[in-house]
Amino acid sequence: MTPLLCVQGITKRYGAHIGCTDVSFDLYPGEVMGIVGESGSGKSTLLNCMAGNLAPDAGQVVFDTRCDGPRETISMSEPERRMLGRTDWAFVHQHARDGLRMGVSAGGNVGERLMALDERHYGDIRDKASDWLGRVEIDASRIDDRPTTFSGGMQQRLQIARNLVTGPRLVFMDEPTGGLDVSVQARLLDLLRGLVRDMGLSAIIVTHDLAVVRLLADRLMVMKDGHVVEAGLTDQVLDDPQHAYSQLLVSSVLQV
Amino acid sequence: MIELKHVSKAFTLHNQGSAVIEVINDVSFAVAAGECVALTGASGAGKSTLMRMIYGNYLTQSGQILIDDLDLVQAEPREIITLRRDVLGYVSQFLRVVPRVPTLDVVAEPLRLLGVSAVDAQRRASALLHQLNIPERLWSLSPTTFSGGEQQRVNIARGFTYNFPAILLDEPTASLDAANRDVVLSLIEDAKARGAAIIGIFHDEAARSRVCDREIDISRFTPGMVA
Repeated sequence: MTPLLCVQGITKRYGAHIGCTDVSFDLYPGEVMGIVGESGSGKSTLLNCMAGNLAPDAGQVVFDTRCDGPRETISMSEPERRMLGRTDWAFVHQHARDGLRMGVSAGGNVGERLMALDERHYGDIRDKASDWLGRVEIDASRIDDRPTTFSGGMQQRLQIARNLVTGPRLVFMDEPTGGLDVSVQARLLDLLRGLVRDMGLSAIIVTHDLAVVRLLADRLMVMKDGHVVEAGLTDQVLDDPQHAYSQLLVSSVLQV
Repeated sequence: MIELKHVSKAFTLHNQGSAVIEVINDVSFAVAAGECVALTGASGAGKSTLMRMIYGNYLTQSGQILIDDLDLVQAEPREIITLRRDVLGYVSQFLRVVPRVPTLDVVAEPLRLLGVSAVDAQRRASALLHQLNIPERLWSLSPTTFSGGEQQRVNIARGFTYNFPAILLDEPTASLDAANRDVVLSLIEDAKARGAAIIGIFHDEAARSRVCDREIDISRFTPGMVA
């Protein structure tokens, strides 16, 4: 099987400070990988380098595109990468307002990505938007409302709908449940799990919440000071961590 | 079907003075299709640890654990995930689920992962929930609020919806009443009859002697413990 994403030697420095260094892994179709570590461990830097939001100092990211097979995305031209970002890729931000257009209606937010792919028929776009609002459990009657009138959890679900409407194959998520109430988190996790299973999505999820990765991720990478200190099957890393830092991380979780 | 060759395991506790605790030393045995083998030994002998190693949940330091020709000790995460989906079932003592997901879907999930339609998977799940005496009015609720015995039965139902060729059972009959215990033992007997290889931990001696063909005393492989 061809990996969907091959990451090799990704390194990013901020002056003398290490963002992340020499990170390599393969992600296969349908796999969900979690990246955990404390704040400043480099997990968001890594995610942004892979997703093309930040230029790494070294390394390669090879993605198996739908049309042209494996392509190196860091050296790709900006328009090509932007196209990838609208088709095969999606990026879910921690703060929904970074991923949404707050001045545009909910339906418009979902429809925008479709229009970027040259869908022009207003009725079709609206139907798809309304279908996706339903899938993320937002009442269809809210289609013309702006996201500013939505709760935090609804905004996050709207961001997910906006990202998934074009059927991406790889979703990057930066703390998708961060800042939400626990009950809203559970609902979002359930939704994400269903979408991953039903659409065969691959995803890379950055989070500091170990409970989130246990439920969502097949594989786990633990980062500290820009380095990957441990990687493996999620339940193995969480239940039998090998590295001193992973052991500390797992044992520091408060039991409920 | 399941074969262990010279398997050993030690835990290194880096944050507690790098203490090294040897738990399993040089275990070798094989379980054939249609056979049920009990792991025995005092509490703390490492029965559950060994079970978790066979599931790939705990890392094995040395030796080989072969299931359906895959060596779990060397396997990539995705190979283990595929093995767990297609071949290797595990009923643990604890039920771990996404909050909010209805019991019926929790039980149907292993079949859904194999691509079985929602309708067919739910039909099979319903049959098992009936068999295990979980009242139908609870099926649409999340099992997180159920009693210990109910959760245990949901866990068992989930482990038996799909006919796994290899099954690991960690105390499947603990905290069950006699009637339900009998149902679980029949499920195990059915699985054996269709050729599943089973490894189980049973504290209940009567249950053990009813379904198990052999016993393996793990204390023999526990450093510092007298068998």
